[in-house]
Amino acid sequence: MPTFGSFALLLALALASYTLLAGGIALRQLATGARSRVAPERLAETARRAGIGTFIATTVAAIALVWCAFTNNFSVSYILHHSNRALPGPYKFAALWSGQEGSLLLWAWLLATYGFVLRVRHKVDVKLTAYASTILAGVQVFFLLLLNFAAMPFSLVSGPTPQDGFGLNPLLQYPEMVIHPPMLYLGYVGFAVPFAFALGALMMRYPGEKWIHITRRWTMVTWLFLTCGIFLGAHWAYSVLGWGGYWGWDPVENASLMPWLTGTAFLHSVMMQEKRGMMKTWNVWLIFCTFMLAIFGTLLTRSGLVSSVHAFAQSPIGTWFWAFLIVVLSVCLFTFILQREHLKAENKIESLVSRESSFLFNNLVLLAACFTVLWGTLFPILSEYVVGNKVTVSAPFYDRVAVPIGLFLLFLTAIGPLLAWRSSSFKSIRKNFVVPVMAAVVMGIVLIACGVHPWTIFTTDNQGEFYSFIAFSLGALVVTAIGSEFLRGAAVISRNTGKNLFASVVQLTRRNTRRYGGYIVHFGVVVIFIGIAGQAFNQSKEQELAFHQSVNVGPYRVECESYSQDTNPNFDTEYALLNVYRDGKLVTKMAPERRFYSASQQPLTVVANHSTLAWDLYVIYAGKNPDTGQPIVRVFLNPLVAWIWIGVAIIVFGTAVALVPNMSAALAGARVRVPVHTEPVTAQGGGD
Amino acid sequence: MRQVSWIGRALAVCLVAVLAMGAADNNARFGDISHKLMCTCGCGQVLGECNHDGCPSLTRESDELRTAINRGDSDNSILIAFQNEYGPTVLAAPMLTKFNMVAWIVPPALLLLGILGTMILVRRWRERAAAAPVVQHGAAFQSMRDKIRRETQL
Repeated sequence: MPTFGSFALLLALALASYTLLAGGIALRQLATGARSRVAPERLAETARRAGIGTFIATTVAAIALVWCAFTNNFSVSYILHHSNRALPGPYKFAALWSGQEGSLLLWAWLLATYGFVLRVRHKVDVKLTAYASTILAGVQVFFLLLLNFAAMPFSLVSGPTPQDGFGLNPLLQYPEMVIHPPMLYLGYVGFAVPFAFALGALMMRYPGEKWIHITRRWTMVTWLFLTCGIFLGAHWAYSVLGWGGYWGWDPVENASLMPWLTGTAFLHSVMMQEKRGMMKTWNVWLIFCTFMLAIFGTLLTRSGLVSSVHAFAQSPIGTWFWAFLIVVLSVCLFTFILQREHLKAENKIESLVSRESSFLFNNLVLLAACFTVLWGTLFPILSEYVVGNKVTVSAPFYDRVAVPIGLFLLFLTAIGPLLAWRSSSFKSIRKNFVVPVMAAVVMGIVLIACGVHPWTIFTTDNQGEFYSFIAFSLGALVVTAIGSEFLRGAAVISRNTGKNLFASVVQLTRRNTRRYGGYIVHFGVVVIFIGIAGQAFNQSKEQELAFHQSVNVGPYRVECESYSQDTNPNFDTEYALLNVYRDGKLVTKMAPERRFYSASQQPLTVVANHSTLAWDLYVIYAGKNPDTGQPIVRVFLNPLVAWIWIGVAIIVFGTAVALVPNMSAALAGARVRVPVHTEPVTAQGGGD
Repeated sequence: MRQVSWIGRALAVCLVAVLAMGAADNNARFGDISHKLMCTCGCGQVLGECNHDGCPSLTRESDELRTAINRGDSDNSILIAFQNEYGPTVLAAPMLTKFNMVAWIVPPALLLLGILGTMILVRRWRERAAAAPVVQHGAAFQSMRDKIRRETQL
């Protein structure tokens, strides 16, 4: 099977190289009008089919590696180091992406899958897809070169085959680990598709904005995958002790955030290109940067450039990634310089107080956030280079620099929807802003009345309460702004059709799924901010517990019922059985545990979490007191954490809504008794 | 003028009141400073949030910090002492000294420059647009726009 897998990878490389070369030649011939023995259309078709062949060969290689894991083939070095006989089935499957070579194979396979879909759907626009397919083949060649010559997943161990493997890192033996990396990779890899379309459209001087329409869904789906990947990672970090809650500003976490930020900026700014023919250069560079940041993230993880709990061991493939990044940047720059005339804007912003302007500032702030994260991640290297000292840039830096930028972004989220395209009159601003601003002020007063003291930022170094205060107030502003947008539109429909408000909201959303789906996504973002804001009010206690002894945190009393230990072929475990009471009533039972994995000889703490909408009761088994043999538990009361995950679910829902095509004008006309005019008003009216 | 002076005095009183509310006790100081230091075991977490199992550095560093606080050392001298003992990487964020200042200044400075640049750019575009001849829209277009404004109440 390893030989078969190696052969499949080599075949995939050959096919991808053919797609790149033949596709490149065919497109060159089509562009210059040069003719050869084989017609360029036929050559391009063979390239497309070879691209599909690459997908098949890469799939076979991926299956071969998973097969090796499931059949305990420890002659394969990768399987020896990332699996063992007692490893449960799902984690054997996850072994595919738990090491460097396997995760690169996953990258290549996902890229091939995206390429397969793109090539199968080539009739959307044959020529543009041919360009995109050829560019994608270039990216595939890079990854397949890596897999064939630098990070070979099927390399064999020297000497006799060991009886058992070293096992999977215990931190990775968690259910989310089976989903989180593929989601994240789907996000990272997916940005290659809009990148390929953007570069292709620029190369061929593609007229109009059709390439944006074609890639819109690709970009949104990719963005959604990356969002889910990031938050699954956050949930995983939260549930597996030792990685600093749900977000630790670790360089590898930062690496996933950067393309997300630029991708989010791109999703907003393309609307200006679609509606007003503006920001073409900006959009092209945004998607170029997003793809390069995805590659840079992979480089960060693998080169040992920065120290991180997530990073793979330092390896020479960092050089490969640097070289690839330089090639990508050079190609992008060269193409841009050659074709920049094609990117001239058709319109300019006419007012600082307009929807376009708010998009522009939103982009600016998103990019500033991205730069801050990049700056913080790379500053230790810069410092070492300039002054010879490595410094740490951790949470306190981001709390002071990145969080205010995030809150400013939240503020813009409220403002944007309330402004009209082109220009907003003072009267409409006053009218639209009165209620949201009042909601924000009322929220602020309620918070102060409830005991939140934002002014503590002046007296201590703790900015938590101040940030929470601002986040809640801005949250009220955004939610009211979004709500008023829905209500205003729904009221018009309700007035015209006689439908109730809910049905009107549904119809309004179906008429412009992208706009109202976007608002739902914004609402999800607010909910996430609220969840994060709760962090300022965390409480914790650590205590050794004898039988029936208890510890009080917030409204809960946590009582130790018993403690014990157990063993299975994969790990030994110690755990405490805890009864949780609130107002004297038993609420739940919890069993935080500590495992010791036999194969890898590493410990792992499994958190017990009782999650409610108000707070999480988060309990860790911190070990036994060696003198008394009694368990020590750490109990945390983390307010509002559940809202983070609810916010993500809302974002998923909102994106799904935005992906649904609009209800056609004809259908809308049939359902609305009052005739709907669809004359050329799109450039003037609101709606995105 | 008298009114301005009255407002100034009121603000000063409020500021003093706010500052006086923050007579931080030792526990609060421990919380603050422990979030400015890293755990040195390599877990990559700040000392105040290190919660991983069997950490060899947490207790030692926490004890040192408590001792320094109880001794009455200032925040700055505690941070410098930790830096001298464990190296500059023990500080969770660069101090505001020499080159490290760059870390703090560059991101907000760039954001401000970006905002300023964007505002200047938009103003210039607007001026150019104002100088360009105004396109006369027909009556049908105007009535359509009025209708949209009416229906969307913008």
